[in-house]
Amino acid sequence: MSARAATIRVVGRTSRIPLPALAAVSLVLVTTAIAFVFFVAPNDANQGFSQRIFYFHVSIAITAYACFAAGAWQAFRLLWKRDPRADLKSYVCVHQGVIFGTLVLLTGSIWAKISWGRWWLWSSDQLVLFLVLFLFYCAYFMLRYSVDPGPQRANLSAVYALFGVVLIPVSFAAIRLAKDIIHPVVFTLHGPNFGGWILVTYCIAQVAMLVLAYTLYRLELVAKRLDGRLRELREVLA
Amino acid sequence: MSYVRDVGALARKDLLLELRARDTLPAMVLFVAAVFVVFHFALPEAPSRLETVGLLWIAILFTALLGLGRAFVPEREQRTIDGLVLAPCDRSAIWLAKSLATLVFLAAAEVVALPLYAVFFHRVGAATLAAVVLADIGICAVGTFLGAMAVATRARDLLLPLLFLPLAVPIVVGAVGASVVHSPGRYLGFLALYDALFAVVCWASFEYVVSE
Amino acid sequence: MLVARRLGRSYGEKRVLRGIDLELPSGGFLVVTGANGSGKTTLLRICAGLAQPTEGTIERTVERAQIGYLGHEPLVYRELTAFENLELYGRLYRVAERRERIGMLLERFGLWEVRHERVASYSRGMTQRLAICRVLLHEPELLVLDEPYSALDEAGAELLDAQLAELHRERTFLLATHEPARLEPFASGRLALAA
Repeated sequence: MSARAATIRVVGRTSRIPLPALAAVSLVLVTTAIAFVFFVAPNDANQGFSQRIFYFHVSIAITAYACFAAGAWQAFRLLWKRDPRADLKSYVCVHQGVIFGTLVLLTGSIWAKISWGRWWLWSSDQLVLFLVLFLFYCAYFMLRYSVDPGPQRANLSAVYALFGVVLIPVSFAAIRLAKDIIHPVVFTLHGPNFGGWILVTYCIAQVAMLVLAYTLYRLELVAKRLDGRLRELREVLA
Repeated sequence: MSYVRDVGALARKDLLLELRARDTLPAMVLFVAAVFVVFHFALPEAPSRLETVGLLWIAILFTALLGLGRAFVPEREQRTIDGLVLAPCDRSAIWLAKSLATLVFLAAAEVVALPLYAVFFHRVGAATLAAVVLADIGICAVGTFLGAMAVATRARDLLLPLLFLPLAVPIVVGAVGASVVHSPGRYLGFLALYDALFAVVCWASFEYVVSE
Repeated sequence: MLVARRLGRSYGEKRVLRGIDLELPSGGFLVVTGANGSGKTTLLRICAGLAQPTEGTIERTVERAQIGYLGHEPLVYRELTAFENLELYGRLYRVAERRERIGMLLERFGLWEVRHERVASYSRGMTQRLAICRVLLHEPELLVLDEPYSALDEAGAELLDAQLAELHRERTFLLATHEPARLEPFASGRLALAA
């Protein structure tokens, strides 16, 4: 089989939408989102220009949740349907989730610095929840790299990914409950009141982030699959 | 019914192993006492009652981690996990039995730790005791499960705290809340919910942790 | 009882088994030979149900409760006594007339005197004999034994010979060994693994 045919077979298995088209679409969407955020959306009455980072912060946060949920779904498919390809999909989803999660923490920190002059706000539910999840999913990678590739690693990773998705609502509830015992602080991150152009801008930003995440997911999946195929070929030749 | 008997047989084995080895429980008791001493020196000002409650829960959490790291060591070192996996019993019985045994050890350590805390710092209230019971269940259920996972990796006990602490955050919130607030019902309820939810998840997925 | 087709198993990059075809009928006695590292242990673990293959398929018509496995490790708890170990497995396998059966096995394998001493104090040969008791305790239909003679002393080996002679017609055996000659009288099939 020629190299080109082999590559096409690998890529073709991934999905119907070709990757270059997907990349182009996400580029367009992200550019549109940036344009809307900086030029179209109105200034916030209280926080002014600095508040625009909210659009990215929240859309990236929702995207990260979606990645973790997708990772858990693939994990469930691995354990229930015994689909061995789901392991790689689950891993890539979680990986994307962690990347976007890091961005959530960064954008949140920047927003906090701009709004309140401090790099971290324990009073922000979103930030604290993401910190806990970030630590949780970083441990996912430590777990994964500490086991040799094989069915056991796939099983352990899948179980842990499922734990993560159960942890998200539980942690959220916990952080809300914690508000009553931790001394209340006035510093919080407020989003604007939704309406009109603000809603439109937010929706564009959200769709852009989701498509971007999906593009990166597909990209990494192809790369990892090619990697695996190369390894297989090397073994056959050995 | 036979499930209960399997759990009983396995739990009996775990308790017997610890009674013979006599290393984990004394270590946990000594550890918690030492941690209290460190707390005293680590806080420049005499802490309020509320602050020391937090310290109590930190102490309990890390003492539990000490014990949890050892939970599956005999199964790993002597590969006896194979023997248990081969047996016709439900794999989740292995987890449940180990959790119950660990719960007994943690409770035994706390029988010393709580009076010690009362002597060193402040009296322990009824709500705190209820929180201890509920938190212990969650800690042992989740911690034992993760201990089985950690022991299957190369990093072993290096990994267990990393896997466990993010999952322990809700337990800390519930436990500290119940110990501190005037009406602890909500926090105790939350702890119970956590226990039920994660116990079910652990019970359903332990099969996949021990199968290769 | 056991049918494997194109069985393969890799641990990460390392391929331990490749393209194994195996058929073990009920009542058969299959002897597996091969140099160290040829995958005998992995093959036996897969057949016993302790590991999953990464390629190929394996079909088992026998349940977990009917399989007895003896590996390189004796799978007994060192801090428990022989009696306590067999009690545990007896309960888990729901062995009928547990106490009697345990007593009978311990006596047959010369461990009755030391039944209440911790396994940690046993010699290697005694531990292996206890492992054999564990395997036979629940009277399994399929016995998967990985180099059972390797840790045994002369007396233990003779006991095992007697046991195999008694059971080889009634039960199904899958054995890996370095001494195929010893099992020649019983063998109904042979499988040689290449490294």
